[in-house]
This record gives sequence, structure tokens and C-alpha cells, in this order.
Amino acid sequence: MKDEVALRFPARAEHLALVRLVVTHLAEHHGAGLDLARMDDLRLAVSEACANAVEAYGRQGRAGEVLVRCSVVPGEVTVEVEDHGGGFVLDDLVPHPPVEAPERLHHEHGLGIPLMRQLADRVEFHAVEEGTTVRLVVGPERPRHHQLR
Amino acid sequence: MAVVSGEVDFGTAPRLRDAVVKVATDGARLAVVDLSEVQFLDSTGLGVLVACLKRFRSLGGDLRLVVTSDRVRNVFEITGLTTAFGIHETVAAAVAQDRR
Repeated sequence: MKDEVALRFPARAEHLALVRLVVTHLAEHHGAGLDLARMDDLRLAVSEACANAVEAYGRQGRAGEVLVRCSVVPGEVTVEVEDHGGGFVLDDLVPHPPVEAPERLHHEHGLGIPLMRQLADRVEFHAVEEGTTVRLVVGPERPRHHQLR
Repeated sequence: MAVVSGEVDFGTAPRLRDAVVKVATDGARLAVVDLSEVQFLDSTGLGVLVACLKRFRSLGGDLRLVVTSDRVRNVFEITGLTTAFGIHETVAAAVAQDRR
């Protein structure tokens, strides 16, 4: 069984930096084999998932906790971010206009999930009781995507 | 002119917004946001910059960025926002953009 490290933090934005540190430390010291650019991708993807979790509680105006589980095997880091902040319907997300369209500048929110999809090898969203678990898998190569829309 | 350092994320992005808004309320029409010392930038930080860019352009001005690290440049590239902003290597180049 692979080692898993779990971190539970109060759903406040001030803790995001700590999560970034813990996850990148684990990836670095437990043989994930990611280069610096891929470590940056991991750091950003995890931070986006955690920010969404914190924001979910914020929308409900209540305190709560975010649970982060991280496991590392050679060539792959898996991070699960779980919140119970009410959940959301992924299908309700409106796709962004193409990057060259002037209307693109009207989309200053909602960049987080497209960004996660761009950075991680796999991103899965699972509904849990009154919340969401996001599962991110990051390997050594950034997957080839079309440019973000 | 706003110089930003450290980590810009969901928690700290409001401070970036305040700094840029102050440039606007001081009456400037051109904002240069220097991100050279930024170690981390997330989508909230990007969103703040996009909102501020729109604000300056709606007033007939502009907001330009100084980006020197691959780490920060990368975030603009993967979101396709490199074309939305004037992105420069130095503050002097950002200011001089019109005169190229």
C-alpha cells in the first residue's frame, strides 16, 4: 500500500500556502520524479482545488474544514481535496469564449477548474455528502490540450 | 505603478486589487504592475488583473505587466491571457510600449 499523508485545515484562504508547501514537499521528497515546471503545475492545481473548497464554505457563510489527502508513487502524485461546503453542479459551468474573442475579458472568475484540467493528467469531481471531492493526478509530463477555452 | 511580491492567491489577491485600484484613484491612466518578485499566481490573481485591465481600458487607459519568471509567464500562457495584456520584461519597456 502506498503511503498517504492527510492534512485537515480550517476552510480559510490563509492556509492555502501551507497546503502548497506540504504537497510540494511530499512530491519532492517521496520520489515523484517531477521536474520543476511540473512541480509548479502540481502546486497550482492543488491550490486551485483548495481555493474552490474554501470558497464553497464561504458562499454558505459558514466555517468548515477541508481535507487534503496526498499520495506519491514514482512518476505520479495523487491529491484529493474534500469539502462539505454544499457542492456544485459541474454541468452548470459555462464554457469560456475563445481566447482571441474580446468577450474573453469578461471572464475573470471561473478560471480555476479549466486551469486544473489543463495542468493535471486527470481531474475527477465526485459529489460527497454536502460537498465535493476533487481528485487530481499529476505525472511527469503536462498532458497535451488545446489552449484553454 | 504597483510592485507585487510573494504569493498571490485566493487569500491575498484582494490586496493586489486594492493596490491597483489605488493607482486608478490616484488619477493615473496607465498602470504598470510589476510581477517580477511574485513566486506564485493563481486564477484569483489572474481574475483581479483581468478586472483591473478592463477598468483601466474603460477609462481610456491601460494596464501593463512586468513578468520575468517562467513560472508566472506560464500561468498567462496556459490561460491564453498573454494576448490580452501587454507583458514586458522591464518596467521601462512597459511604459515605453506605445513608443515602439
